[in-house]
Amino acid sequence: MTEPVIELQGVSKSFGALRVSDAISLDLRPGEIHAIIGPNGAGKSTLIAQICGTLAPDAGTIRLLGQDVTRLPARARARMGLARTFQISALAMEDTVLQNAVLGALGQAGTPWRFFRPALKDTALRSAAEAALERVGLSDKAATVTAELSHGERRQLEVAVALTLKPRAFVMDEPMAGLGAEGSRTLTGFLDGLRSEAPILLVEHDMDAVFALADRISVLNYGQLIATGTVDEIRADPAVRTAYLGEDA
Amino acid sequence: MSREGIVNAVLLVGFVAVAAWAHFAGEPFTITLATRAAIFALAAVGLNFALGLGGLVSLGHAVFFGIGGYAMGILAFHAQNYTPLMEWPFAIPGTKVMPIIWLTAIVTAALAALVIGLLSLRTSGVYFIMITLAFGQMFFYFAISWSAYGGEDGLSIYIRNGFPGLNTLVPIQFFGICFVLLCAVLWFVSRMERSPFGLMLNAARQVPHRVETVGLDPQRAKLVAFVISGAITALAGALFADLNRFVSPTMFSWQTSGEIMIFVILGGVARLCGPVAGAALFVALEHWLGDLSDYWHIYLGLLLLLIVLFLRGGIVGFLAGRARAHD
Repeated sequence: MTEPVIELQGVSKSFGALRVSDAISLDLRPGEIHAIIGPNGAGKSTLIAQICGTLAPDAGTIRLLGQDVTRLPARARARMGLARTFQISALAMEDTVLQNAVLGALGQAGTPWRFFRPALKDTALRSAAEAALERVGLSDKAATVTAELSHGERRQLEVAVALTLKPRAFVMDEPMAGLGAEGSRTLTGFLDGLRSEAPILLVEHDMDAVFALADRISVLNYGQLIATGTVDEIRADPAVRTAYLGEDA
Repeated sequence: MSREGIVNAVLLVGFVAVAAWAHFAGEPFTITLATRAAIFALAAVGLNFALGLGGLVSLGHAVFFGIGGYAMGILAFHAQNYTPLMEWPFAIPGTKVMPIIWLTAIVTAALAALVIGLLSLRTSGVYFIMITLAFGQMFFYFAISWSAYGGEDGLSIYIRNGFPGLNTLVPIQFFGICFVLLCAVLWFVSRMERSPFGLMLNAARQVPHRVETVGLDPQRAKLVAFVISGAITALAGALFADLNRFVSPTMFSWQTSGEIMIFVILGGVARLCGPVAGAALFVALEHWLGDLSDYWHIYLGLLLLLIVLFLRGGIVGFLAGRARAHD
């Protein structure tokens, strides 16, 4: 069996008496899309934060590409090849679309301590950024100030910035959030092709997208992982039906 | 040229025009005013780099202004008394050479900014304002009690320091030095704003967690910005002390920090030449309103209020419109 790209073992986190992550073990394997679903408040976002390094778990280990990263800060994990997209777009709103993408390319290149030559005149950075914008279909918006983008375009830019990192794994927190049916379909098609580049850990509420994309699904409920399996296994799992899909689903 | 580029050019050419007119009309005091404005502008360009691009609201930039002033004062004091600055472990003499004084001011202030920044950047928002203010007060009271260098009375330097090839006692020549330094720093800052570092810093102000997510360190970017900012303001401090041939703890006072911030806000936060416009307006008001009334600060306060309420982009924002992202 190939080594998992991301591997969680017994990851636990409590806020006071509330156990938001209860001994969670799961992995992300090469070439797959692994969806994490669960009702609101199930602990999905907290789990993402721990995987990406913005929140430290109380117990358990997180491995990235076989290396224990449990105590590494978010930026170190990013440099190892973990690309995160945010549920609420985290973009420099005053900057142009291209500048946001160049920031990602700059992080990937790891050469931010240069004070003289304009960043946008660096052809390597610029072409990496433009290539990523091209892939998500934002090329014609490159010179637009990000604050002027539509919600859907901001979601696309989130993905583009992640692409500039040339990551080994994607962690996407509700990339479809707020997209219309059309936008969701387009992004679903895009992510479908992306899994061969790097596996995706996908937190998503849009069930059509999850069932269309996921190779495996994990279900969280009250901080506990109640099931992991293929789409069919999850659909058939009685505990999942009770907790999440509803009794009569 | 963009509209802001035209405004900037007009501002800088205006400086030269005023000084040249005053020189030929035999009005040395007006040259001194223009020099004062150029030096204040330089101090504020320093603050604007941290404040505008890095979002660091420092109410302690008098620390760096004062360090620049005392770097000049102490070096020149030893030079005019023919006493060494220190004898052990090796002798360091004083100096009257401006470039050496500037370098000393810049390096000392950069080190101070590094230490202050490391501690202050653990906080943000109003706590950052308060902690930088507290550092300012520490330096202020230290300078007051530092009797070796005049304590509360400050230090008088009898002859302005020299610059190779120039006679700095001629007002227009000293103005030239200050103005060229201002332009050089403005050029340097405009390059940095567009550089990879500037891009990172700009994003670190807006969305620090995004910068983390691409594998960069937003806090370190802000720290470096703070150090550069302090070094620029210290250069202005050294020039200011040379303009007056006098340094005193007032340069370290919180009022000085406040004034530097007023230059930035009057002129336009985060605008390249905002501090230049702000400092020029401040010096003009100080001169004209100061003639009319001892309480001219009331009118300054009123103007500041109007600008903050109605002209969020300051003077440059009013003249040049909204800031445009670099392309």
